[in-house]
Amino acid sequence: MEEIRIEHLTKDFGGFTAVDDVSLVIKPGELYSFLGPSGCGKTTLLRMIAGFEIPREGRIIVGDQDITQLPPYQRQVNTIFQNYSLFPHMTLFDNVAFGLRIKKIAKAQIKEKVRDMLALVKMSDQADKYPDQISGGQKQRIAIARALINEPKVLLLDEPLAALDLKLRQHMLIELMNIHDAVGITFIYVTHDQSEAMSISDRMAVMSKGKIIQQGPPDDIYERPASIFSAFFIGETNLITGEVTGIEDEYVQISCPKGNGEFVEIDSTFHFTPNIGQKLTLSLRPEKIAISRYKPRQQDDFNTLKGVIEDILYLGTHTQYIVRVGELKFRVFSQHKRVYFDEKALDWEEPVWLFWHDTDTWLIDEVTEDATDDSGISPESAPYHRTSKRSMI
Amino acid sequence: MRLNRTKLFKSMNLSIFTLVMIFLYIPILILVIFSFNDAKIIVGWRGFTLKYYTLLFQNDAIKSAFWNTMLIASLSTLISTVLGILAALGLENKRFSGRKGLLALIYTPLVIPDILMGVSLALLFNFTRFNTGMLTVLIAHITFCLSYTVIVIQSRLEGFDYSLVEAAMDLGAKPSAIFWRIKFPLMMPGIIAAGLLAFTLSIDDFIITFFTSGRGFDTLPIYVEGTIRRGTITTINSLSTLMIGFTLLLAVSTGRIRKNLFNL
Repeated sequence: MEEIRIEHLTKDFGGFTAVDDVSLVIKPGELYSFLGPSGCGKTTLLRMIAGFEIPREGRIIVGDQDITQLPPYQRQVNTIFQNYSLFPHMTLFDNVAFGLRIKKIAKAQIKEKVRDMLALVKMSDQADKYPDQISGGQKQRIAIARALINEPKVLLLDEPLAALDLKLRQHMLIELMNIHDAVGITFIYVTHDQSEAMSISDRMAVMSKGKIIQQGPPDDIYERPASIFSAFFIGETNLITGEVTGIEDEYVQISCPKGNGEFVEIDSTFHFTPNIGQKLTLSLRPEKIAISRYKPRQQDDFNTLKGVIEDILYLGTHTQYIVRVGELKFRVFSQHKRVYFDEKALDWEEPVWLFWHDTDTWLIDEVTEDATDDSGISPESAPYHRTSKRSMI
Repeated sequence: MRLNRTKLFKSMNLSIFTLVMIFLYIPILILVIFSFNDAKIIVGWRGFTLKYYTLLFQNDAIKSAFWNTMLIASLSTLISTVLGILAALGLENKRFSGRKGLLALIYTPLVIPDILMGVSLALLFNFTRFNTGMLTVLIAHITFCLSYTVIVIQSRLEGFDYSLVEAAMDLGAKPSAIFWRIKFPLMMPGIIAAGLLAFTLSIDDFIITFFTSGRGFDTLPIYVEGTIRRGTITTINSLSTLMIGFTLLLAVSTGRIRKNLFNL
């Protein structure tokens, strides 16, 4: 099994730089994802590894072989295409056998291998059908079988679940993980769906505008986002701008304007050394914040803020509250356990207390006024836009 | 009111349909029936006979016209289809700057009247002192079939899913394998349709053949026209019946072949 090294890869189309000086190392056998909004360069990066695009600069090395300039048919890399691209004029058996027939392998051997592969993807009984006679999920399995039968060193998956409906997507995600465990080769997975990337990846790279913003295991990126973009793109978060007013031991105090010249003080731990007076951004995940109509007992390492409920969205697994603190708005997720509201549910315009542990405030050494507009994410997905009380119904 | 109106439309639909069917198929039906009629001219039913079919098979002029037609049709189909495939593949490249102009040049013969095409070809052959005969007819037929084959094959390529080529490349296929295993089979329905069209057009053509055949080289349409002018139409009826049967067989069998061999 071999490592994949990507060194300073750059590709442009016309004047547009799709992939901009990207370097990364994918470990042998890893399931690695490129995650980002459309146009971030993730698919172009994948297509360069497959050989469909030749980079302007940089190298792609698999093991000790430089494959940057090799045509696709000389690479030990196979791809699952977004629309599967099964050959419509061939039976499923012939589709899966395609790669082996090209290599002029003996008929008996082809038959045996195709049978094994169809068994792996649970399609043994459909071998004589044509692609237009099977469902989307089944096409997906055949595409996987057709690629894996060539025993590639790397399997590339380009948004493989995008064309499937939600339930099937979740099911196929687990199957993909099982197949990855079974064959043990490196998978590179491209998606714009952060939950998909989070659940499937060993490690992932968050991309924006042709660059890698952050890479690491999913929990690392979720809990410790290095930039406003990754905090915002992965999961949901509250982003608050503030200024450092005090540092004491492992704690830092940040003063955040809440409008009308007033401020709220928020405490945090830190992972880089901030300076007094430095402006930075706080990322606060909505599920880390507790909400209550009673003032919590004063504790030193907790942040406590008083606010008013502006909006309530019942979402089944949890309820989302929008809480106004001055002009700041906090998104809070709270589960419906009896313990949280054993008397009466929280109501609109009700004054509430928000509290969370200092270590749950995450500092980002970056200030952008409109990170959301900049990231290519549509306003609909941005926080605080759902203010209508009608959405409750 | 409303119900009446829908009823009215329905009955109108039906009557228009019936009229169209009558005008389309009654003449053919009459022709088929009278090919079995025991009379020299169409005067009414005089009893069943197969006499004219036997006469047909004994007539050397008809036989030679038939083989001429088949030869011209097969050769012009083959050549114009191969040229059509090559032209369509060449025109596939959207970045080729002369693409639009070349397409227009290829399409124009479709709208040029046959008589014009026949006369101009005759003039050309005359001008270049080309002896009219089988070769000139063949050239003329290839010329007018080519526009059709290019159009049909090219429209098939227009909607071609290029990701299939990438998939094949990804699975190790070199360009030649991609052509023969992916592209060609997927073009096949277009190629068959183009060939069928060319074949029918060629068998059928009278005007252009008339101007380019000269004396001594008759195809079936030319022979039929000559015979009718001389007044005997009985063998023509039986000949036409056979031709109708043959065309039907061709149409049905190509549909079958397409479905069975290519799943398309």
